Amino acid sequence: MSDARLHQLAATRWRLQIALTLAMVALYFGFILLIAYDKELLARLIVPGLSLGILLGALVIVSSWLLTWVYVRWANTHYDAELDRLRG
Amino acid sequence: MLALLQTVTRIGEPNTVAMGFFFLFIATTLGITWWAARRTRTTEHFYAAGRSISPGQNGVALAGDYMSAASFLGIAGLVSTTGFDGLIYSTGWLVGWPVVLFLIAEPLRNLGKYTFADVVAVRLRQTPVRIAAAVGTLATVSLYLIAQMVGAGGLIRLMFGIRYEAAVATVGAAMIAYVLFGGMLATTWVQIVKAVLLMSGAAILALLVLSRFHWSPAALFAAAADQYGAGVLAPGRLVSKPLDAVSLGLALMFGTAGLPHILMRFYTVPDAKSARTSVFYATGLIGFFYLMTFIIGFGAMVLVGPAAIKAVEPGGNMAAPLLAEFLGGTPFLGFIAAVAFATILAVVAGLTLSGAAALSHDLWVSVVRKELAGADEQLKVARIATVGLGILGVLLGITFKGQNVAFMVGLAFAIAASANFPALVLSIFWRRYTTAGAVTSMVLGTLSTLVLIYLSPTLQIDVLKHPTAWFPLRNPALVTMPLSFLSGIVVSLLTANQEEKLGFDGVARRMHLGAAEVKG
Repeated sequence: MSDARLHQLAATRWRLQIALTLAMVALYFGFILLIAYDKELLARLIVPGLSLGILLGALVIVSSWLLTWVYVRWANTHYDAELDRLRG
Repeated sequence: MLALLQTVTRIGEPNTVAMGFFFLFIATTLGITWWAARRTRTTEHFYAAGRSISPGQNGVALAGDYMSAASFLGIAGLVSTTGFDGLIYSTGWLVGWPVVLFLIAEPLRNLGKYTFADVVAVRLRQTPVRIAAAVGTLATVSLYLIAQMVGAGGLIRLMFGIRYEAAVATVGAAMIAYVLFGGMLATTWVQIVKAVLLMSGAAILALLVLSRFHWSPAALFAAAADQYGAGVLAPGRLVSKPLDAVSLGLALMFGTAGLPHILMRFYTVPDAKSARTSVFYATGLIGFFYLMTFIIGFGAMVLVGPAAIKAVEPGGNMAAPLLAEFLGGTPFLGFIAAVAFATILAVVAGLTLSGAAALSHDLWVSVVRKELAGADEQLKVARIATVGLGILGVLLGITFKGQNVAFMVGLAFAIAASANFPALVLSIFWRRYTTAGAVTSMVLGTLSTLVLIYLSPTLQIDVLKHPTAWFPLRNPALVTMPLSFLSGIVVSLLTANQEEKLGFDGVARRMHLGAAEVKG
């Protein structure tokens, strides 16, 4: 089993883990800071009844799920395949 | 107004439908426990259901473990009385799950056996690390348990008219039965039954609301704005202090990845890939559930009205049951009340099991008996710990009767984020982490959170009724989480240990390939 290739795979996964975690942090705390500092913007109505705030809140939930989907898809295809190759 | 309401709502009166559903739930779950008991022979069964749970089942069970009655009733109540501000919580409770997936789930499954301390201790000195981890675990579990127990007693008294003490004792007896006899297998299936009930109850409620607004959420929100002003669709006063919001957000986001009862669930699946897949399912289910709270909350605001909701219970917690009564009459109220009860039972069962694992697996087997305990002794100690914790939970529930314990859930998340999460992340990803560093980050994380919450406005002003508080933040995670990371890093650098550092190479391999592969 090649240690160099395992190291490389670990490094790739580490970069993706950090990038996705930071994306999640940015999304959620971006939303929170908008609530704190720009209430007028979030009060604007996109269509009657649907304010930007409600839309963004729903989008934070949906995008959290999309981010998990991105990771699971990468892991199921690339990461698992590479692990299988390493196991030989 | 009040007199009128008392004739309108049947909440608090003995409700035959609720009782019927409740006994059906108890009978079903005890049946499951009887079935599971015959399959629970070793500690691997007791703590980890023999690693036999499928990713789909575990995804539903994770959702069941996480969606407490507080989130269903509390958020629906907040949205129905404040509008948009309540939705801030709906989003906050979900954002921890991607973090669980990205950083924790797979390494945990590959490195550990039953508890998260297994992972932290894997290349460090067992005794100090396990004691420190058990402190973090038991602090998180007890605070969470108190909040659930007090909530349960109040809720059941309000809904069924049963005495508080009797309600708490019933919850305690049922949860001890599940865990004691059926272990993780029974607990998992109780979670699954509960999650399905809760999701379907919420979905029916949301669909009935939407049916009155031409199936358009925007029409529902517009109706709310017509009646109560456009302000209900916009941020109000909840996030008046940005630092408070960020601090609570940190606790929710990173605390989820440090909750012992959630982490323990990753040991019930066969491998790391299943752990990964199960978080994906759980995130989808929980996200969908919190989206439904938007509809249910605004539905209760428009159809029942904030004044009527607060008249029944000032905290707004009865919004969803009142909405159910309005839309489906007493039978649907009974169903939702029984679902709320089932929800609490399932959550406390999961908490008790993870606390019992910390007591028996981490403290007794590893620290006291130095891994010399036989299989029978391990199982016996786990069961004794279960009964002990169950009784303690009931006593704490009765002790804190009538107290404002809502802050305890936030505190449990803050400890999880400031003690358990930093230790897990550093031990998984940082080669130079040492025993002294791990102990420092966990102990300091737990203690600083407890001290700062005591000095915070949450306790000083809201609970103790003092005019001022020493510490400005309502949730201390913004200070305590960085403190735990920093202290862990500094102490590790000061106590550099070549042997522990070399141990990391084996850990890194096992983290990716799993224990079986590395041994072979």
